[in-house]
This record gives sequence, C-alpha cells and structure tokens, in this order.
Amino acid sequence: MRPLYTWSAITAIVLASTTGDVLLSHAMKQVGDVHQLWRRNGTFTVVGRVLHNPYFLLGVLSMATAFYSLLFALSWADVSLVGPAAASLTFVANAMAAKIFLNERVDRRRWIAALLVAGGVVLLAA
Amino acid sequence: MTFRKYLVLAGVTISAPVGDSLLSRGMKDVGSISLHNLSHILLAILNPWVAMGILFLLGFFACYTTALSWADLTYVLPATSLGYVLLALIAKFLLNEQVTPARWAGILLISAGVGFVTRGPVLTHPVAHESERSSETVSTGGSR
Repeated sequence: MRPLYTWSAITAIVLASTTGDVLLSHAMKQVGDVHQLWRRNGTFTVVGRVLHNPYFLLGVLSMATAFYSLLFALSWADVSLVGPAAASLTFVANAMAAKIFLNERVDRRRWIAALLVAGGVVLLAA
Repeated sequence: MTFRKYLVLAGVTISAPVGDSLLSRGMKDVGSISLHNLSHILLAILNPWVAMGILFLLGFFACYTTALSWADLTYVLPATSLGYVLLALIAKFLLNEQVTPARWAGILLISAGVGFVTRGPVLTHPVAHESERSSETVSTGGSR
C-alpha cells in the first residue's frame, strides 16, 4: 500500500507544482520586471500589483497543494526518493507546459537541458 | 543579466535545498501522518524545524517570483536544480557523507543542463510584451 500512497502523492506534487509554476510565471510576466517597477513606484505598488493578480493567487493555491502533498509524501517515504522523483518529473512536465501554455520557445537547447537535469536528479537519488 | 539578477538566482538556488532539508528533519519528528488524522498535518507547522523550513521556502518564493518577472520559466527552473548539486556537495564536504559515482554523474548532468540553458536567451516569451502592455494600460488607468 505504501508505494501506491507515495507515488500518488508524488503525482499530486508534480501536477500541482507544474500548474503553480505556469500560473506564477504568467502572473509575474503580467506584473513586469519587479525591480524596475519597484524603482519607479515603490514597494507598495509592487506588492499590491502582485497580490491583486488572480493568476498569482491561483498559483499560490496550487503551490500550497503541492506543499501539503510533499508533507504527506515525506511522512510516507524518504526525502531522497520523494525530492528527486517529484523534481525530475516536474522539470519535464514544466518544459511541456511552458511551451503549450506560456508560448515559451522551448528549443532543442532547453529540451536537452530539461532532460539532462531530470536525469541528473534521478542519478542523485541512486 | 546584471549582478543583482545573478544574486536573485543564487537566492533561488540556495534557499530551496536548505528549506527542504529543514522540512525533512522536522517531519521525522512529526512521524507518519495517516489519512484518518489530517489535523496532524496542520500541527506539523508548529515543529520548529518545519517552521524554519517554511521561512527558508518563503525566501525561496520571493526570489523565485522576482526571477520569473524577468526570465522564462524554463530558464529559472534549471537554476533551482543547482540546489541538489549544492546539497550533495554539503553532504560530501560538511557532513562527510559518501557521494557515490552515480551521484557525481548526476551532479555532472545537472550542471551540464544548467550550462546549456544559461548560454541561451533569458526571455523568449513572444506574448509577454503584449500581456505586459495590456496590464500596464489597465493598471495605470486604474491608478490615475
């Protein structure tokens, strides 16, 4: 039963954190360069504009879901399995999601990078 | 890329593994959480290790969102993976743990992946400017 629980939690982490990453990235692109905004308009404007962005709030909600899934997974299995497994799958899922939903130009260079990183993370757990 | 932006990426890299290790240490104290006892997972936050872990992860989140405001998601993410390399190096040189050849290979792959991405453009987002402009007009319209 325990491996099933663990892998369900890992799947939940991957889906929730990919959704969160995509939403956050979209939100922050709408907000614009935080540093420039801060120099022009000050801290309150930056914080206000970030917190008023609905994509940001949805992204945080997804991240919170991923975080609690991580806590569940960590209570069932070692961090050396959960961390790398969730992280490496999230890299590949994110590369796909960034291409589909964010229209990022995920060229061959970035695909190779995502696969290298995902493979490297798996090897770290070995 | 300015020095400040490299500092933000360094914050992304360092704070995540530190936060994760603290969480892991804390959850070992809290013990296994059963689905019948969900309140335990809320109380887990009261554990000092978990609390410190959360603080570090909040710092990570601030750096991460800042980086996402000027860089692609697929550019920032490999930077987060450098944290695992850092974790393995800490294990080897500070905790005197054994780092196996497979782990060194993993470190090499991750570093190569990060190297690949950083040689490319930071932002390739064709619709970014469009959405930025529309949000700019909406927000300046609202604030005036």
